[in-house]
Amino acid sequence: MKRRMLLGAAAALGLAAATGAYAADPTKVGFIYVGPVGDGGWTYEHNQGRLAVEEAFGDAVETVYQENVPEGADAERAMTQMALSGVDLIFTTSFGYMDPTIAVAEKFPNVKFEHATGYKRADNVSTYSARFYEGRAVQGTIAGHMTKSNKIGYIASFPIPEVIRGINSAYIHAKKVNPDVEMSVIWAYTWFDPAKEADAATALIEQGADVILQHTDSTAPQAAAEKAGGVITFGQASDMGEFAPLPRVSSIIDDWAPYYIARTKAVMDGTWESTDTWDGIGAGMVGIGEISDAVPAEVKAEALAMKDALADGSYHAFTGPLNKQDGSAWLAEGEVADDGTLAGMNFYVEGITGDIPQ
Amino acid sequence: MLRLEKRPTPSKTWSYATPVLAVVLTMIAGGILFAMLGKDPFLAIKTIFWDPLFNEQFASYSRPQLLVKSGPLILIAIGLSLGFRAGIWNIGAEGQYIIGAICGAAVGLAFYPMDAWFIFPLMVIAGALGGLLWAMIPALLKTHFRTNEILVSLLLVYVAEQLLASMALGALRNPEGGGFPGSRNLKQYEAASNPELIANSGMHWGIVAAFIAVIATYILLNRHILGFQIRLTGESPRAARFAGVNPTALILICMGTSGALAGLAGLFEVSGPAGQISIDFNQGYGFTAIIVAFLGRLNPIGILLAGLLMGLTYIGGDLAQFMLGLPASAIQAFQGMLLFFLLGVDVLTNFRIRFGKVEAA
Repeated sequence: MKRRMLLGAAAALGLAAATGAYAADPTKVGFIYVGPVGDGGWTYEHNQGRLAVEEAFGDAVETVYQENVPEGADAERAMTQMALSGVDLIFTTSFGYMDPTIAVAEKFPNVKFEHATGYKRADNVSTYSARFYEGRAVQGTIAGHMTKSNKIGYIASFPIPEVIRGINSAYIHAKKVNPDVEMSVIWAYTWFDPAKEADAATALIEQGADVILQHTDSTAPQAAAEKAGGVITFGQASDMGEFAPLPRVSSIIDDWAPYYIARTKAVMDGTWESTDTWDGIGAGMVGIGEISDAVPAEVKAEALAMKDALADGSYHAFTGPLNKQDGSAWLAEGEVADDGTLAGMNFYVEGITGDIPQ
Repeated sequence: MLRLEKRPTPSKTWSYATPVLAVVLTMIAGGILFAMLGKDPFLAIKTIFWDPLFNEQFASYSRPQLLVKSGPLILIAIGLSLGFRAGIWNIGAEGQYIIGAICGAAVGLAFYPMDAWFIFPLMVIAGALGGLLWAMIPALLKTHFRTNEILVSLLLVYVAEQLLASMALGALRNPEGGGFPGSRNLKQYEAASNPELIANSGMHWGIVAAFIAVIATYILLNRHILGFQIRLTGESPRAARFAGVNPTALILICMGTSGALAGLAGLFEVSGPAGQISIDFNQGYGFTAIIVAFLGRLNPIGILLAGLLMGLTYIGGDLAQFMLGLPASAIQAFQGMLLFFLLGVDVLTNFRIRFGKVEAA
């Protein structure tokens, strides 16, 4: 609350005049979204987290958000204006907000920032991400069993470690259950662009892929697969249950609500500290959506067993023996990847064809 | 009964009044849109147009940001207006903006971590040259093979975007970036950065360049034979040929100038507010500048004002989004209305509205 005093009474009054709500002094939480809240995927789930915060604390919090904020100079302005409006805690929910978040956090030492999927921290900047690659392991298992053409298509967004981890994890686990499997990757260079995503899905299907995985946020690939017929997909970031039981046979669901509630609570209690959180299926940050009846029972059972093993830590999605794409050794038999390597992963594992864009 | 009668010459009064009328109509229609979304229309309009400039809480930050946002728009629109006046349609400023940024940043990064006074000036030259050369592709194709410069320049935007992605991931990638895409941050490399010239003023070299371009273009169009030739070609290509205007040279000059200015805008942006080459560095300034050019009536002073107005709707639009919970798409629709009404009321400049029946001849 010290910040309020710094900004002065005029600021608080200006805010009250603008919003018409000057009853209490609630904790204000802001969210910066890369896509629209109605994208049905990534931003949708972050917004669900925001609504959960509102529900959890009622009148004690006030949340604001700005959607469709481009990653770059505009993001810096959006964050600064939000900080000026008297927000106590800001979640910046896309990788590309990393440098702007750090820059704005420097100017507002009393505002707390939480940057999703990045790696730069400061005294008032935490980072958080989810181990989506655990969900990819479950997807890969189902995909390897389900494909008839032995071709899996993958719509990738940007060649950053988070995306590359997902590709590798899905491939490793598809290959484990189906040695003939091949994976084609299309780089869409966008997180959200329904037209581009649909084009990518159609191109992959025309190349013979009958399983489509996506690391982009819209439901357009699901619609394209439904139209093509005979193709299965997985919901991304959100359940995308409206496409079940076919083409969507399962999904990775991001559940940010518990984290957002906990961090808001920490700000209220004054116990907030800069941390680095990377939670997976076990902690509930990554959920696996209902596996539909289009998947045979024994495949479903195998996928759920994999999910449980990942959740209780008895299995790690990157367990050796694994080689890199160029054939050089990476993990020995039984060795598991360390978080540092995973965080900066910029190579494919052996067997994936094509290059990571350089 | 309403009927339109063509004016012998476009009305001077209306050509000044229509942009203002378009803004007023946009406010009214936008207000209705916001009301239908369940928001207070007056508060929304106030948040967009008033708060960025005068709200005590935001204005000290938003006012300078207005310059940051408007600078590139004005710089690009000024270049485009020259060609548009002469009927030369460079629609690909966005691509020239990207190439200017890439070339400029590449020069700066090539010297890293050397510290010398000449690095930034070299980057400026490289940025302008990059944009100019990119614009020369549609220009030369037009003069030599009579291709359509609208299509070629537009499609080259997509080529430039791919090139940008490839640079962010490859040649210009920060070697200390842990495998993540994007170049080094030029803001942290003093010799190659384009900082605020006066603290908290928003002024950087790009804004200075925009103001210089406005003045230079004003003088060019009103005092220089080239300006006369440009205007003449636009108004009557045939008369221009009789007057000895060389159409090939004019195409090269107009395309080249607009490309160079767009390239400069890109360079100032990448070394200043954006800071680095990243995959999605371009944010559509090159396309928005087309609206700004027409909103400003292709007149340098008009473009200056139109650029500031457009910047205001961006910054105020941001405020309205999180202060009032307006969806981003409503703000975009609002900006779209501005162009729609501008083109719509344009009819008043060229036509007279007559009431009553057509008299039988």
